[in-house]
Amino acid sequence: MTDTPSVYQTDALISQDIDAYLDIHQHKSMLRFITCGSVDDGKSTLIGRLLYDSKMIFEDQLASLEADSKKMGTQGDEIDFALLVDGLAAEREQGITIDVAYRFFATEKRKFIVADTPGHEQYTRNMVTGASTADLAVILIDARKGVLTQTRRHSYLAHLIGIKQIVLAVNKMDLVDYDEARFNEIVDDYRAFAETIGIQAFTAIPLSGLAGDNITNPSDNTAWYQGPTLLAHLEDVELSNTLEQEKDFRMAVQWVNRPNLDFRGFSGQIASGVVRIGDDVRVVPSGKQSTIASIVTFDGELDQAVAGQSVTLTFADEIDCSRGDVIAAASAPPAVTDQFESTLVWMDETPLLPSRSYILKIGTQRVNAAVQTLKHQINVNSSEQLAASTLQLNDIGVVDISTDRPIVFEEYADNREMGGFILIDKMTNATVAAGMVRFSLRRAQNVHWQAIDVDRQAHAALKNQSPRVLWFTGLSGSGKSTIANELEKRLHQTGRHTYLLDGDNVRHGLNKDLGFTDAARVENIRRVGEVAKLMADAGLIVLTAFISPFQAERDMVRAMLPDNEFVEVFVDTPLAVAEQRDVKGLYKKARAGDLKNFTGIDSPYEAPENPEIRIDTTQMTAEQAADAILDWLSKNA
Amino acid sequence: MTDLTHLQRLEAESIHIMREVMASAENPVMLYSVGKDSAVMLHLAKKAFYPSPPPFPLLHVDTTWKFQAMYELRAKAAEDAGMELLVHQNPEAKEKGINPFDHGALHTDMWKTEGLKQALDKYQFDAAFGGARRDEEKSRAKERVFSFRGANHQWDPKNQRPELWKLYNARKGKGESIRVFPLSNWTELDIWQYIHLENIEIVPLYFSAPRPTVERDGLLLMVDDERFPLAPGETPVERHIRFRTLGCYPLTGAEESKATTLPEIIQEMLLTTTSERQGRAIDKDAGASMEKKKQEGYF
Repeated sequence: MTDTPSVYQTDALISQDIDAYLDIHQHKSMLRFITCGSVDDGKSTLIGRLLYDSKMIFEDQLASLEADSKKMGTQGDEIDFALLVDGLAAEREQGITIDVAYRFFATEKRKFIVADTPGHEQYTRNMVTGASTADLAVILIDARKGVLTQTRRHSYLAHLIGIKQIVLAVNKMDLVDYDEARFNEIVDDYRAFAETIGIQAFTAIPLSGLAGDNITNPSDNTAWYQGPTLLAHLEDVELSNTLEQEKDFRMAVQWVNRPNLDFRGFSGQIASGVVRIGDDVRVVPSGKQSTIASIVTFDGELDQAVAGQSVTLTFADEIDCSRGDVIAAASAPPAVTDQFESTLVWMDETPLLPSRSYILKIGTQRVNAAVQTLKHQINVNSSEQLAASTLQLNDIGVVDISTDRPIVFEEYADNREMGGFILIDKMTNATVAAGMVRFSLRRAQNVHWQAIDVDRQAHAALKNQSPRVLWFTGLSGSGKSTIANELEKRLHQTGRHTYLLDGDNVRHGLNKDLGFTDAARVENIRRVGEVAKLMADAGLIVLTAFISPFQAERDMVRAMLPDNEFVEVFVDTPLAVAEQRDVKGLYKKARAGDLKNFTGIDSPYEAPENPEIRIDTTQMTAEQAADAILDWLSKNA
Repeated sequence: MTDLTHLQRLEAESIHIMREVMASAENPVMLYSVGKDSAVMLHLAKKAFYPSPPPFPLLHVDTTWKFQAMYELRAKAAEDAGMELLVHQNPEAKEKGINPFDHGALHTDMWKTEGLKQALDKYQFDAAFGGARRDEEKSRAKERVFSFRGANHQWDPKNQRPELWKLYNARKGKGESIRVFPLSNWTELDIWQYIHLENIEIVPLYFSAPRPTVERDGLLLMVDDERFPLAPGETPVERHIRFRTLGCYPLTGAEESKATTLPEIIQEMLLTTTSERQGRAIDKDAGASMEKKKQEGYF
């Protein structure tokens, strides 16, 4: 066992003058870092060692660790430090780390939060997660193996996520006899690669997690190495939190604090810069300006507050401001955009569907967003750009994103908090992607919505009707077109202005370039939705008859239209019944394998959860169905 | 340039988390166990929403077997914070007289795990703050700040949402709920330092005093009331003891100590050689017992 090094707690000071000790420790700073490497590079062992050396392991934990080491350890009679950090039962059996785990230790100068991120390829999303809050990355290399594909991947990701401090930890030096030449060879290899992906500088340290060389104490085994130990380096690197204070002031509003009629404060955590009483500020996106009247905290009012602090601000003037707004320095407000280029890391089993509407969360803003263009995918091993039509789990791509409302942002390279976002699937609520804003697409700033004098109300008024989009959805052969056709005849007879958009017909023209993959189905519905919206703007009652199998796209069209204008009509025909009817002979072909991606056979149909109207075709004729819909329309006029 | 200390940064982070929950949950609640972590969490809630009082109630899932001193502080703390205090006791456990002396693991299961589920269902809370820290126990180290529970309150460790930057995805399906852990990144030392620095009131049992004790299975237990079954001829021995962690009194081991001030407590903690959970009978089962309990719905 190594002796406890003096950089940790000075036991003498603790026992003799606890107040002096507490005073030192109340002024510690905090560094967050990640460790990453391949499966066998010894990450867990290294972290276990840091915890052990800093006395973060107690006797009872050590006893259970010793017992575990004997039972399943790989280190003979020695303690297997990896068992200390490989927490979940499943991983202990498999001997790999499968999720990001957070560990804590402290020295005299700093508290450290370590994200132990997995090296296994399929869990890249966890590495990105761990890196997103880290100031520094420790990239582990097995001295015997050198720079591997995984090393490149992790370095690329760490750089991508904006980590400026990279430590190359050349581990297991004990297994190469502490050979200086081997160390230099690895460092040269890594430098050559690092330059190609834009890593300007890194710190290389030869060490052994198992034997304890150059972790906390300089090792006699590497007398040729003059640099700092790993811990000395971690204690001295500059913190990004301090650097944030030099930037322009920005704070995203989380919550409006109104305890009574006399107080209205805006609560948030300052993303960057410094705010002082009397500062001129602008609320973005509204552009309203005021000055800071007070900086309120539980511990009394402050004269100024800095990046990283959670505060409540009040204004001198009564101006509108709510959750999602950004309060910023009036002289240098952040930009606003609804179209931007971004890097996207896909994190879900279900692949990206371009054009599908996702929820985008950036700061405290929440908007609907879709990937308009997938420009290319990036091979993180070679940094090559690849053509792609979708992104799968752990894929990284460069995309253009458009949002339904403008967002306040800064480029990720300038401000992680103002430029990092997540995408959320509307159906599963899963976090499906992490994104980093690269830049706003100029178009968004220049193309303004054309204000038109004859507006949608004027169109509708002239026709003396309320525009509607009657959206028929259901399996192939369920009877959508038949019922829609019957309904349109009735509406037409009563003098209504209507238009029927039919799936088959649209695919002969507007959408003839689209196939039947999930991605193509999404785009098909998006286009039909846009056309239906224009027709509704023109005052028409639009009927659409499309299988439209996904709830997300039906909801997307619903969101495009004013409230109550979208009427979802679920033509509910069981698969067996539709297949038995098989008017077009398509089910037969699909069953025979001659027709791929057929809804209900080898492509899913998501039945509407809350349709405005449900038609059970096993109980109703097309005429009765049309009557039922007319009845609903007159009741909901 | 102002260098924020690690405690200032932890405080700001916890406040940010609490405000995010307020903005996204419909019916949040703060679980309050009266222990030191709960005390810090409650203090942070006061800070997060000041000058408003914290806009949610406190919920204590009571086992009827807590220390008397804990019941005394419970009411006072809620009143000081201007918050409503809800107390839930599992009626089934009450009826069956489930207790830690006769029923072992069933006691924790029924009073705490089942009791918590009942309370969350009864009040339809969709988000519950808990004071768990990642440094407490191995499986906690991997838990997210926003931790999702299915309609039956179970936790699926392999299917957690990635948490990036400070962006918490609080969307949930019908019947699902979130457990939120604002103290995730605090350590035991951080908690004690913060209590000291902020002068937060805690249960006096954390400080040493002469108290009646008996030894059971290697644990030093305090005889807190007359329900404690003594062996024939056994009389409690008065010892100078204090507690590092507080739970049901028959399950919580004390340590002999003379520490009567916070600096002395911190001093002892730093020089000690055992972890705080060592005094808890619940963690002594098989290696992965906490993970298993959490999958079943334990907080």
